[in-house]
Amino acid sequence: MKKGLCANQQSNYTSVMIEGTVVGLGSADLLRFYYYLRLTRGLEDRVIKLYRQGRILGGCYVGTGEEAISVGSACALEPDDVIAPSHRDLGAHLVKGVTPNEYMAQYLGRLTGLTRGKDGTIHFGDLRRRIIGFISPMADGIPVATGVALAFKTRREPHIAVAYFGDGASSRGDFHEGLNLAAVLRLPILFICHNNQYAYSVPVSRQMAVPHVADRAKAYGLPTRIIDGNDILAVYQTTKEAAAQIRGGGGPIFIECKTMRMRGHAEHDDASYVPRELLEEWRGRDPIQKCEHYLREREVPEDQLRAVEARVVKEVEEALDFAEKSPLPDGPEALEGVFAP
Amino acid sequence: MPEITYLEAIRQALWEEMDQDARVFLLGEDIGVYGGAFKITKGFLEKFGEDRVIDTPLSESGFVGAAIGAALMGMRPVAEMQFADFISCAFDQIVNMAAKHHYRLREPVPLVIRAPYGGRLHAGPFHSQCPEAWFIHSPGLKVVAPATPYAAKGLLKASIRDPNPVIYCEHKYLYRHAKGEVPPEDYIVPLGQADVKREGTDIALITYGAMVEEGLQAADQMSQEGIEVELVDLQTLYPLDTDTILASVKKTGKVLIVHEAPQVCGIGAEIAAVIAQEAFRDLDAPVVRLTAPHTPVPFSPPLEDYYLPNATKIVAKLTDLASY
Repeated sequence: MKKGLCANQQSNYTSVMIEGTVVGLGSADLLRFYYYLRLTRGLEDRVIKLYRQGRILGGCYVGTGEEAISVGSACALEPDDVIAPSHRDLGAHLVKGVTPNEYMAQYLGRLTGLTRGKDGTIHFGDLRRRIIGFISPMADGIPVATGVALAFKTRREPHIAVAYFGDGASSRGDFHEGLNLAAVLRLPILFICHNNQYAYSVPVSRQMAVPHVADRAKAYGLPTRIIDGNDILAVYQTTKEAAAQIRGGGGPIFIECKTMRMRGHAEHDDASYVPRELLEEWRGRDPIQKCEHYLREREVPEDQLRAVEARVVKEVEEALDFAEKSPLPDGPEALEGVFAP
Repeated sequence: MPEITYLEAIRQALWEEMDQDARVFLLGEDIGVYGGAFKITKGFLEKFGEDRVIDTPLSESGFVGAAIGAALMGMRPVAEMQFADFISCAFDQIVNMAAKHHYRLREPVPLVIRAPYGGRLHAGPFHSQCPEAWFIHSPGLKVVAPATPYAAKGLLKASIRDPNPVIYCEHKYLYRHAKGEVPPEDYIVPLGQADVKREGTDIALITYGAMVEEGLQAADQMSQEGIEVELVDLQTLYPLDTDTILASVKKTGKVLIVHEAPQVCGIGAEIAAVIAQEAFRDLDAPVVRLTAPHTPVPFSPPLEDYYLPNATKIVAKLTDLASY
């Protein structure tokens, strides 16, 4: 395994590129990564089209260009690890077992979505699949994930919690309070930051006065890693190592994944405030293309990649069909479920 | 039956619930080594250990959020706000994360937040507030406010056993000023039940917390004038026991609502609206509220005395109402 340290003076950061094959991964694993990357991209591209056609009510939030962070990390976890994803982590949901049908039904407000129409877009979770439900206020999930880790530690369970968030979320108090609490109590939690360089229209240079989000984590005493978030093998490997260290009682770890938000904050946002050159640079670093590069390096036959792509196309269309045929909730159900019985 | 203080009742509830349910644990500032700002958790760290009595850093939002996460994993956290005034630091976690979770995902959040509230201790604007209305107004939360040691213990046990987020408002003045009988055996006071503390036929006095005792004193004085006051102690502020309230309204025809929280949009406003809507024909007078004025809680004793309702002011309002 070669490790190259690549200093990139643009945007004032360094990235660690892990090239080549990762020890312990076979072609089947790489194809599995590829499937989840393609499925994430395929589902999100489909809801974008639906949004443009006016068939989605409410907002449309995608993680285009950031899929390797969610997929690569989720694939490196154990089944009982609990994740607290953010709005650009569909890939992590899918790895944990959320289905394309449920995703589409959620967007279309159907009873067959994970919230029965009580919430929309990617605001869902499912404790049976070890996912904490995401809510709109950024960084709110961080203390909650910290509390999940507290339960694991108290009960001496070997699981870890993983909190996902972006550069913008790292400015909120809950980020700081959550990281500090995790560090002081030495909790088994992994913090994964998508530094996609923009929080809505606010560039990261306006979000913080330090060069890396990881610098904020250092302030709380956490060991940090800064990696290329668009390299799925880097994400997978770094997560696997960090998870093992945390599981072994080493305390919380912070991984900052450098990436780029390739679309607007949401689909109503044309993101005209993002310099075109920045987008072009990152278009050349697309995480799916990078995964294809690894597959070809491994000499995985092209027809297997095509088979994955065909499978994804089919699943996406079937999911939309399922959602459109699913019932909407009845109005009075709005009154139900406020309290647990 | 042994007579104990309100503070001791809370302590017993916490101790007994922790003793019989390993999922229950405490977190908050100064609750462990120091035994709590009001010494409620003195001895708990020694008995239950640092896994279950957690001294947190100074971060209400962080540790309330953590309590939510632990609750989602099946534990039963009781998070302590050192003063209810600091609950606003955790407001977002409470109203956005805890309150809405079950509605959206049908997963319980069995969390209790203890909030020492109320004035009369010369503690000023940031150690005397009554924030109940903020949480009554946020769907997905239960809010309780016991007035006696019996209710303090029973309601805290019930709150801990409830699978929903409960804001448990414990009145600081009552900690040592309220004494009462508490049965030695295990018991609960169910949420959602008001308690008629005194029966009467002439005026319904609806109140909670430290104002219950003030109301009872006022009622005794009115009795000497031949006016019999029925006092309804709300106990639970949400969900409100409207049946008990409306029964007292029907019986008496005149209503005085008393609360220490400031007037505008306090729970008195909600109760008055419910009564006007559901019991208009039972009323012989407008519904009257006696509350703190709509100002922050002042510090200097003459200011705070002017600010707070008390038995004398209640008597004045009851007297007016009696002759309406």
